[in-house]
Amino acid sequence: MNSTDADQGAAAVQPKAPPKPSSQAAVALNIRGLHKVYESHGRRVEAIRDLTFTVDRGQLVCVVGPSGAGKTTLLRCIAGLLDPTRGEIILDGTQVAGPPRGMAVVFQEYGRSLFPWMTVRQNVERPLIEKGMKRDQRRQAVDAALTAVGLSDSHDAHPWQLSGGMQQRVAIARAVAYEPSVLVMDEPFAAVDAQTRAELEDLVRSLWRRLGVTVLFVTHDIDEAVYLGQRVLVLSNRPTVILEDVRIDLPDDRDQLRTRSAPEFGELRGHVYELIQRAKEGHRPSGEPV
Amino acid sequence: MTVQAGLSEGRHIRLLPFRQVGLGLLGSVGIIALLEVLPRTGAVDRRYLPPASSMAASLGGLLGEADFWTAAGQTIRGWAFGLGLAMLLGVVGGVLIGSVPLLRVLTASTIEFLRPIPSVALIPLVVLIFGSRPQSALILVVYAATWQVLLQVLYGVLDVDPVARDTARSFRFSRWSIVRTVVWPTALPYVVTGFRLAAAVSLILEVTAELVIGVPGLGRSIGVAQSSGAVEETYALVIVVGLIGVAVNLAARAVERRVLRWHPSVRREEA
Amino acid sequence: MTVLTFGRRLLTALALPLVLLTIWWVLTANSTSFFWPPLSTILRTFPETWFGDRITTDVLPSLARLCTGYLLALVLGIAGGVAIGLSPLLRALTEPSLEFFRAIPPPVLVPVIALFAGYTGSLSKIITITIGCVWPILLNTVEGVRAVDEVLLDTARCYHLRWRSKLVHVILRGASPQIAAGARQALSIAVILMVISELFGANHGLGASVVQFQRSFAIPQMWTGIIVLGLLGVALSAIFRIVEHFALAWYRGVRDADRGV
Repeated sequence: MNSTDADQGAAAVQPKAPPKPSSQAAVALNIRGLHKVYESHGRRVEAIRDLTFTVDRGQLVCVVGPSGAGKTTLLRCIAGLLDPTRGEIILDGTQVAGPPRGMAVVFQEYGRSLFPWMTVRQNVERPLIEKGMKRDQRRQAVDAALTAVGLSDSHDAHPWQLSGGMQQRVAIARAVAYEPSVLVMDEPFAAVDAQTRAELEDLVRSLWRRLGVTVLFVTHDIDEAVYLGQRVLVLSNRPTVILEDVRIDLPDDRDQLRTRSAPEFGELRGHVYELIQRAKEGHRPSGEPV
Repeated sequence: MTVQAGLSEGRHIRLLPFRQVGLGLLGSVGIIALLEVLPRTGAVDRRYLPPASSMAASLGGLLGEADFWTAAGQTIRGWAFGLGLAMLLGVVGGVLIGSVPLLRVLTASTIEFLRPIPSVALIPLVVLIFGSRPQSALILVVYAATWQVLLQVLYGVLDVDPVARDTARSFRFSRWSIVRTVVWPTALPYVVTGFRLAAAVSLILEVTAELVIGVPGLGRSIGVAQSSGAVEETYALVIVVGLIGVAVNLAARAVERRVLRWHPSVRREEA
Repeated sequence: MTVLTFGRRLLTALALPLVLLTIWWVLTANSTSFFWPPLSTILRTFPETWFGDRITTDVLPSLARLCTGYLLALVLGIAGGVAIGLSPLLRALTEPSLEFFRAIPPPVLVPVIALFAGYTGSLSKIITITIGCVWPILLNTVEGVRAVDEVLLDTARCYHLRWRSKLVHVILRGASPQIAAGARQALSIAVILMVISELFGANHGLGASVVQFQRSFAIPQMWTGIIVLGLLGVALSAIFRIVEHFALAWYRGVRDADRGV
């Protein structure tokens, strides 16, 4: 992780060892040996062979991979919506079996994840009610979250009255108000237009910096992954393993215009792009047991 | 099986087709078994609910009686005739009203008011005029079923793409041509849905008329069997009517699927 | 909406009905026909027929039976529908049987239930109404529950909604448009059954009164009865639509948004 090899050219495809956490308490999410096989009608599909990585508290880690690489499977396993065949998912020191408390998920289909019969405020408030928060606390949390995402005027609107970008902001507000240990986002901006996507990317980074929440961000967009993340986990194709854990050495203060035109961005982006191309061709990390 | 289908593995159990059918049969057999056991053990009085086997025996006996087949024929004839008439009135009326904006606006309130009037309200009148002749049943059936068709056709005609209609007008299509080339294809799925709804309603009203008024048919047979204490026969006839209803529903749904399969637009109807 | 537009809308709404009523009035004005007495006569007999004791002895009991049977059907239908909708196993088991039972014309239930206990009390009529109109509610609830969006259910799981919250706030509300459609169908069936059940053995009731008029050839009174039944259907339908308007405002919004309105 500290070598500069990974940041240069395309030659290095040596998988780097995952970053060693300084202490156990600093690790928010620990994935060990995740393995998922789908069996149905006699056919066996090994979606994920072995995923092992950690996410330190307060990190913003992106996951990219070729289509069909099992990004969604990984995400659903982490979110507890899908049982892995083997492997452990440890959140804040406790093993995950079923949706873990302390995790909030933002889905790609924002329109379908918000309750249409509730107002924006009610949507954001609902998980807080389930958490047992008192009414005053809840109101404060909801107001703060909606202001943080820039929707302080839309409390009483219904989701379907809002644009796609605004709906996704509501989903993000809901996740943020929940005060999770880990925020998991599943290709959240895949279905919005480019301009809105840029705004939402900046929103995620600013929320991350202000609130210090740990973020795992799954995307197919290489530029987005490099722009957002401190690390980018590049997945191989099926059966999925981690191809490389790329450290993003860009400054913390990122900006759509300057950062994206910086030469380091271009190199990192190129590196990840190359990895993905190889992944699509079926490249596997060296030393992988057959 | 794609990974996508597997993704739903955690929550939805997607049952194989033959497993679904098997379970369905199991459920039906279970209910029949219940109907057999409950009366026999005395949990339910045999006089009110005979065992399934004796119902089946009575059913078998019915199938050999000419009277039964006559009654069945009368019911089906009344149903078919009423349904046909309702389709005709509903489609013609619906296209007419739907195509002429003035008519649509003028009749809207009347339709909204007349539609919820229950057909049973007409029973006393119809009995007075026609007694227990088949015409009584016909009037009730046509009254109730026409509404189903009319409303669906109205939805269909209103659903016509105004751009398509304007295009046809700008090419100086005749009124009739516009109906044929633009209105009808859009309205067709709605017409078919109306057909399905009307088919069910027609059967209900036909049997109701037979039961309540005494128009010849299976409904009347049920009434006669019940009042003369022929318990097994009552149930057997009810089962027959139910089976006819199932057949009508399945056939109508099959027709609907057939027509909608090649139709480009797919839309949901209201129940 | 300006006064002018409102006035015009009112006029168009009333135009045809007024015309029809006038035609009815004029055509039957000097009628000596047995079946078609003058409209004026019918309207004249209205008050004396209905605005007396009859309200308490006939109309209210009928309405009470109707409401009881319908509400019972709602409870049973929704409860059963949710249970079956949530369990693919239950659904597979019960689907063919349910298809059969819902295909039986509801009025046919009357003789069957009459077998059990005669048909004079209120209970048998309430049972008839309940059993007759539970099917559309049940089946539509199953459909509605099944159609609740997967992503919503995933969201509910991720945010740890308790079972009761999930049921009320996600499943029932999500299925409510479909349930409402079933409830609407069931309402018309309930009215039909209310009348027919009284034809079979009741001395008191709305349907019973109308039939008595018919049998005793009290024609103008019979007509008033028909009008009352019609008005009942219209009133219930209006009430239903008002309730639906408020409860399902969100659904209209979603649909309009989908259609790009």
